[in-house]
Amino acid sequence: MKLTVWTYEGPPHVGAMRIATAMRDTHYVLHAPQGDTYADLLFTMIERRDHRPPVTYTTFQARDLGADTADLFRQACLDAVARYQPKALLVGASCTAELIQDDPGGLAEGMDLPVPVIPLELPSYQKKEHWGASETFYQIVRRLAGKVERTPGGPRCNILGPCALGFRHRDDLKEITGLLARLGVTVNVAAPLGAGPEDIARLADADFNVVLYPEIADTAARWLEKTHGLRRTTVVPIGVGATRDFIAEVAALAGVDPAPLLADEPTNMPWWTRSVDSTYLTGKRVFVFGDATHAVAMARVAAEEMGFEVVGLGCYNREFARDLRAAAESHGVEALISDDYLEIEEAIQRLQPEMVMGTQMERHIAKRLGLPCAVISAPVHVQDFPARYSPVMGFEGANVLFDTLVHPLVMGLEEHLLHMFRDDFEFHDGAGPSHLHGGAPRAAPAPEAPPAAAAEAQPATMAAPVDSEIRWTADAEKELKKIPFFVRGKARRNTEAYAAMRGVTAIDVETLYDAKAHYAR
Amino acid sequence: MSPLDLPPRPTPGCAERPVLKERGQREVFCGLTGIVWLHRKIQDAFFLVVGSRTCAHLIQSAAGVMIFAEPRFATAVIDDHDLSGMKDANEELDRVVAQLLARRPEIRLLFLVGSCPSEVIKMDLGRAAERLSAANTGRCRVLNYSGSGIETTFTQGEDACLAALVPTLPETDAKELLVVGALADVVEDQFARLFSEMGVGPVRFLPARAAAAMPAVGPNTQMMLAQPFLAETARLLEARGATRLPAPFPLGAEGTEAWLRAAAEAFGADPARVEAAIAPGRRRAQEAVARASEHLRGKRAFFFPDSQLEIPIARFLARECGMGLIEVGAPYIHRAQMAEELALLPDCTLSEGQDVEKQLDRARAARPDITVCGLGLANPLEAEGLTTKWAIELVFTPIHGFDQAGDLAGLFSRPLNRRLRLKL
Repeated sequence: MKLTVWTYEGPPHVGAMRIATAMRDTHYVLHAPQGDTYADLLFTMIERRDHRPPVTYTTFQARDLGADTADLFRQACLDAVARYQPKALLVGASCTAELIQDDPGGLAEGMDLPVPVIPLELPSYQKKEHWGASETFYQIVRRLAGKVERTPGGPRCNILGPCALGFRHRDDLKEITGLLARLGVTVNVAAPLGAGPEDIARLADADFNVVLYPEIADTAARWLEKTHGLRRTTVVPIGVGATRDFIAEVAALAGVDPAPLLADEPTNMPWWTRSVDSTYLTGKRVFVFGDATHAVAMARVAAEEMGFEVVGLGCYNREFARDLRAAAESHGVEALISDDYLEIEEAIQRLQPEMVMGTQMERHIAKRLGLPCAVISAPVHVQDFPARYSPVMGFEGANVLFDTLVHPLVMGLEEHLLHMFRDDFEFHDGAGPSHLHGGAPRAAPAPEAPPAAAAEAQPATMAAPVDSEIRWTADAEKELKKIPFFVRGKARRNTEAYAAMRGVTAIDVETLYDAKAHYAR
Repeated sequence: MSPLDLPPRPTPGCAERPVLKERGQREVFCGLTGIVWLHRKIQDAFFLVVGSRTCAHLIQSAAGVMIFAEPRFATAVIDDHDLSGMKDANEELDRVVAQLLARRPEIRLLFLVGSCPSEVIKMDLGRAAERLSAANTGRCRVLNYSGSGIETTFTQGEDACLAALVPTLPETDAKELLVVGALADVVEDQFARLFSEMGVGPVRFLPARAAAAMPAVGPNTQMMLAQPFLAETARLLEARGATRLPAPFPLGAEGTEAWLRAAAEAFGADPARVEAAIAPGRRRAQEAVARASEHLRGKRAFFFPDSQLEIPIARFLARECGMGLIEVGAPYIHRAQMAEELALLPDCTLSEGQDVEKQLDRARAARPDITVCGLGLANPLEAEGLTTKWAIELVFTPIHGFDQAGDLAGLFSRPLNRRLRLKL
């Protein structure tokens, strides 16, 4: 048993729902108790879909437990097939139905339904959402993707991975489809997003597979490679460098020349980040967390394309822990593989980054700690399913990422200026950062108001003295407050560590600057 | 009721009519969702769900942003080891509770909340609660109830929670008014003021805002239900001697007045004083409802089942806002507790339970002007051209009492108003 306040991933049947909802003409009969329909609203509200997810729930209740639940399941299958006339039927159990052992697969296969039935075994007490999505897609591909007569024509690929409730999947698919077109590569099938069972059936009519999201498509792509000889891409095109590598990889697989495309990259990002405006980004200490694919890719963007220093790198999905560990090693940091937000919060506090790149959870952690933050990975809230075109992959994706990573820092800088000039009559603490209060000034405090009480509260709590023996003199405390807020916590800790090392019990201004000299980079 | 420009009243008479009972796929929440508002109400209580990752995911989805504010709820997620008997599930639970109480020393009342998985594997959370209560005597009381989908629908989670509290309430012989059902603090305060002005009291509320301040109950307790979904709680309170004062629920000017008057009558309050106390609020409510129902008059509503609030709200919309009713669906209808409401409800189809596909077919055929439904159905129905009001807001927004009657009408007129405004 594990005490859990919130979870980065849902149960595996939610992953299966993401595949079913992404596809056309596919229906999912889920053996589940009353209440599990809550997951529908992830799709209708967060992703704002205009249709109900193609899922029928058996909705068993306590009084049904016993022989009745198997009949409920059979009836639900018959009703779903009659009403929706799908071209493929997925059947499976949610966590509770797994315990009552009705075996949806066996029951449905014994019914002689007029459509292919794909049974899903999703162990709810071991696995999670991404695994469920991956396994579901794999089972669909395995069942439906047979041998096909190859159609003649130029190089052709499938795009695998985009699905429902995926972070920017809609626009990544469009961006990468465009990129492939400019390379002269045609897309045979993109799946699961927008694909029907008949599309899955002709997956083998392609030269190779583009794997956009390994969390979802890796297993299926490996099977297609083994069974139908379709090679697959391994580079995820997030960031300019990775996009170039991806183009080179695709060009090699397709036998085309990447040079014309690489000579005319449709992106502003490389110039934006080289321009002197961006110099202040150099060496910004960032903490990166998310699903392994986005975290690894974004760490590369941070280090090589933004000039940040990656001080922490982690992911919540253990299935891809090995990739993440390798990436962490290349950045010289320790990998954090955990789905416990308290551990991640602790790591962020300890590492004192100047920015956090993470999921919705890290956004809230960063808010609590008063740190700038950019969202780079699921899970995300509704605002990260935007109306506007916002890929994170390919060249336009790189433009989007540059803006995404700079905006919180520009705001941070603005906040910093407010702190630096806080004794100035125009920049008192009551003025507040413009992005938090819509530019409307708070009531001006009396001129002699104690400085920065509110602004100080958070950094002060996050930097409790490492050694309770050590005391700060009033002068040193005052001097510490002159240090920009986003490095103040680190300065406090370093100074205290330095004092402890020297056996100093009262930190004065001298100690503060001695410590600064000692730790100077 | 003072005659404002209310429309002619539809003929009442739902009490005798048949109810369309349906079974099938239900598009509803389970009782765990009740935790989201209950934990805001009882300020030193913690709700620990013993369940699966699905349960944690559900609460996370339902609680939205609240989950990031160190909320007083969590899930002990059952894993493989607990199922395979590799670890003793009770020892595991004790360990998790100890971990939790060490982290949250301010907690005085802990609810172990049963879920579908914990019930199917037959974990005895009742015994666990007794054991943990004994182990934490003087520090924290531990109670148990079921919020599972196999036992409870949405607001029934509150019923189960309050029912778990009933046996622990102190005994009293005093004649007191007990208002049952978690209300927003602002609404509770308004009611307390009104009762005091009418000369009715003393008044207690269940649940109280702190674990140590729960009301007493006994043979002279006069009980008013503030919410329609409290069948089990009411039954247990009656078993302890309390008398339920029959009344419609305090929604809208009419419902609130009838509800207050039922208490006044039971306490023999002076009629002049009662009228003086009620008149200002009733006038404000009627004026606010008249303003807010501009877009509602003559429009037809269709309710999907969700919270059991459907019947009282439909009664309010029909009688005070001039709306027509096509179908009013409720997850469960307690005929005795709903009798006063049903007597006031105009002619319409009443349905209990759900077969969602068939009910959607009925809604599509009837083309209601406004459809009250859950978030899983709302956007898909909007895309089909039906205007919807998502039902969960009716549970999270203060809607009871005179001074919220206009807001309640506003919740329904806003979607219609919006549809008129958008030129897209």
